[in-house]
Parts: sequence; structure tokens; C-alpha cells
Amino acid sequence: MGTHKKISKIAMSMVVVISGFATVVSTAAISAEKKSRAEWKKEYVRPSEIPFPKENPYTAAKADLGRTLFFDPRLSGANYISCGTCHNPSFARGDGLAKGIGHAMTKLGRRTPTILNLAFGEDLMWDGRFETLEQQALGPMSAPVEMNQNMKAIVAELQQIPEYQTLFNVSFPGKGITVENIAKAIATFERTVVSGVAPFDRWGAGDDHAISTSAKRGFDLFNNKANCVACHSGWNFTDSSFHDIGMPDKDIGRGKVVPGVVVMQHAFKVPTLRNAVERAPYMHDGSLKNLYSVVEHYDNGFVTRPSKSEEIYKLKLTSVEKTDLVEFMKTLSSKDAPIAFPRLPAYDQTVAGSLNVSPAAGPSAGSTANRVPKGACNSFLMHYIPCSK
Amino acid sequence: MKTKILACAMATLFVVAGAAPVTAEVVINQKAKKFDKKKIEIKKGETVKFVNSDSISHNIHSRSAGYKFDLGVSKPGTTASKVFDKAGKFKVRCAIHPKMKLTVKVN
Repeated sequence: MGTHKKISKIAMSMVVVISGFATVVSTAAISAEKKSRAEWKKEYVRPSEIPFPKENPYTAAKADLGRTLFFDPRLSGANYISCGTCHNPSFARGDGLAKGIGHAMTKLGRRTPTILNLAFGEDLMWDGRFETLEQQALGPMSAPVEMNQNMKAIVAELQQIPEYQTLFNVSFPGKGITVENIAKAIATFERTVVSGVAPFDRWGAGDDHAISTSAKRGFDLFNNKANCVACHSGWNFTDSSFHDIGMPDKDIGRGKVVPGVVVMQHAFKVPTLRNAVERAPYMHDGSLKNLYSVVEHYDNGFVTRPSKSEEIYKLKLTSVEKTDLVEFMKTLSSKDAPIAFPRLPAYDQTVAGSLNVSPAAGPSAGSTANRVPKGACNSFLMHYIPCSK
Repeated sequence: MKTKILACAMATLFVVAGAAPVTAEVVINQKAKKFDKKKIEIKKGETVKFVNSDSISHNIHSRSAGYKFDLGVSKPGTTASKVFDKAGKFKVRCAIHPKMKLTVKVN
């Protein structure tokens, strides 16, 4: 949400006098984003294909392997948490909790973000500390408070599973099971997780009956008075930007990753609104229970401080307008087909052996042991759990 | 008399010019959450002027090793300038909008 700018063609001319000569160095016209409903619709057309990086191109085998790994709890230290535990398809790839739950029931510092549409994202996680999905895949897996997986042990553990050896050799010929290839496979799968066609998309394509009159008014508000479009722009309803939206907690978010930049203090990633209605509660701290609460926050519920985004200001919405905005956001949810969970590869049945996994019982919450050890405290971990001094 | 005034004025002009040598300036425009260029090449000591032609604020900064800087919030219609006084290749981004990326090669 943000400032409804009404800058109508302000012509800006800068004249600089250098050594007695007047030189026009810049003339820029700033046009207001004043568009018709039909023009705004064009801004939200779904893309025709998913982008994959040249360093990790798509193959069907790799995506299938990544999907299997994503739902395999053996990728956690105690073998009971998979990526899919928190990024649950039934909750639009979130977990339905205010704060995530990690290893040994450790309560994490932020709400679990969705993995929907991350192929189109930039700088991942609430604080953007991972530049690529490959990095992101390994972060929670190795974090002691999340999946608590020893990354050296995971390779040996997967090598005990003959089918994984086959699957990795098919996807990564001559390289097999490595930490890097685990990340590449999971990232490839995650890029295929794209929200389906929603009523809004059908409306945009010409079906005038696909959404309600209230939702249509909400769309107009979204792009004008409420100016949600300042950040939730494009088909994915996010521009991947970071803003301090005035949540009252003390978490400085992006500020730890980009210290020294005022507007990055208390700033967090703008999430997609696709399928958001299934992902309550909301915001990075999970403090708002429904979308109406979210609209109330942007209307007049934020705190003001030096880092507050320029796009956040009092909207003065009526109760009908708030309802219209919620009705519009509800139209962004696709009714996707149920997810088929993969059959997980079995351990080798031909030789005797025992598993060596991390203990399920972790340190109790609040104890000094439940801190990132001094020296290991880095930008990957420090926001989840206090660092030892 | 007129000749003396003209000579005096020109002398003043050259003193001013000598005190503040004119350097080249490259203008980068910000519009629709994009820079109008992805890469530029400049000489050491030259200035890059970032013009915000968008209807939202931007914040030019760099986290390049050994050359971090932050130009602060640039509101719509304003400009922010940076003199690149060190040779190298630097990544410049908008802190708010990470998809805005510019590589500045300083020779």
C-alpha cells in the first residue's frame, strides 16, 4: 500500500552554469500512474513461461528429484522435518502459523513465507539474505533452529539410499549426490511451484462474471486510492521490494543484511498476494489474523519512524472500501488440484546397518544453549535466534 | 574601460573554472522501477547522476566490497549524484527495489 501520487506531468528542468555557460543537463517528465481499469488489467497478465537460470537449467528429472527431496524429512537432522512441513501445499505453501516451528519445536522469529512463484523473485526470505533459490534451499536445511541438518552428513545419509544415487546420477551425470546438487534439484522444483489461474485472471482475460462487483471496485482501489500497486505490482502482486510498513515489533529485518541504509531498518520483503487468503495469519510476524486486519493496518494501523516507507500513509478508507479490497484479494486465489505427495525412496535393504541421526530433543527454549554459538553467528542465522555474546 | 571589465570578468571565470574543474557526468534515469541502462563505463572522478522519474521513491546504494555507499532516499522528481573516485567494477542497486541493478565500471 502506499502514497497515492498525483504527480501530473511535472516538468523538471535543471540548469547548471559551468564556466559561464548555461547547460541543460536533465529534463524529466514524471507522469502520474493514472490509468483506466482496462489499462491496469494489462499490468497483471500472467507470464507465458517460468524463468530458469542458465547456471541451473530446467530438466524434468531434476524437478522430480527436487520434489522428492522437498518432501523427504530425512533432509533434516532429526529426520522428521521436511521442507514441505513448513511449506505445506494445503496452506498455499505456508504453515498457517504466526511463527514457524523448527527443530525440537523451536519457535522461530518470523512467519513462514510461501514458496509460491519464487522463480520470479529476487533476494529471497523476509530479509532478502539469499540471492538465489539454490542458496535459500540450503539455508533453512542447515540452520540449527530449523532443520538442523549437518550438510556433510546429509550426503552420506542420502548415499545410503540406492534410489537417490540413481536419481542424482540421472539428473547430474558424473557428479551424483553433492550438497550443491541437492540445492539445485530443490531450487528447480521450487521454480515449478507457480500459482494457478485464479478468478482474477479469468476476469482479466475477458470473463466479466469471474469476479464480483465489490472485487472490481477493490481492484480500482488497489491501483488508485489505496495504492497497493506501489509495491504489490505485476502478475505476481509483488515487485520483490523491501519496505518498513510500520509493524510495531522490534525486528529490524533487512536492516541486519543492509546496515546503514535508513529505509532498510524494519524493512521486509513484499510478499506475493497470490493465494494469500489461504495463508493467514499475515505479515512477517504473523500478528494479523485476516486480510481485513491487513487492510486496517495499512489504513491507519502502522507506527511512524524514520525508516517508514514513503509509500505508507493514512488512506482514510471507508468500511465499504476495506471490504472491497478484501473481496478483490480473495479473487487472486486459484483452486489448484490436490497435490500428490511423492513416494520416498527406501533405504538399502541388502546390507545390515544403523542410522546416525541428530537427536530429536534439542535445547529448551530460552536456555543459553539455544543460541547461535559465538563465531557461528552470521546473517544466515542471527535473526532466528539470539547470538551468544 | 570596457576592455578592462571584460578582461576582469574572463579572469574571474577562469579562476572559477580552475577551482572547480569540469568533469563529465553520466545520467541514469529511474523509471518504472528500472534503470535505463544496465552497464556504464566511466573514468575515475566522473559523476553519475541518478534521476528519479518514477512516481515512487528509490534509494541508490552499493554493497560492493571496498566501495560501499548509500545516497539515501530519492523522492520522485529528485536527483542524487555520486562521484566515482575509485577504479573498479561496482554493482549499484536500489536498496528498496533489488531488481534495479546497474554495473558501473570505473577506469
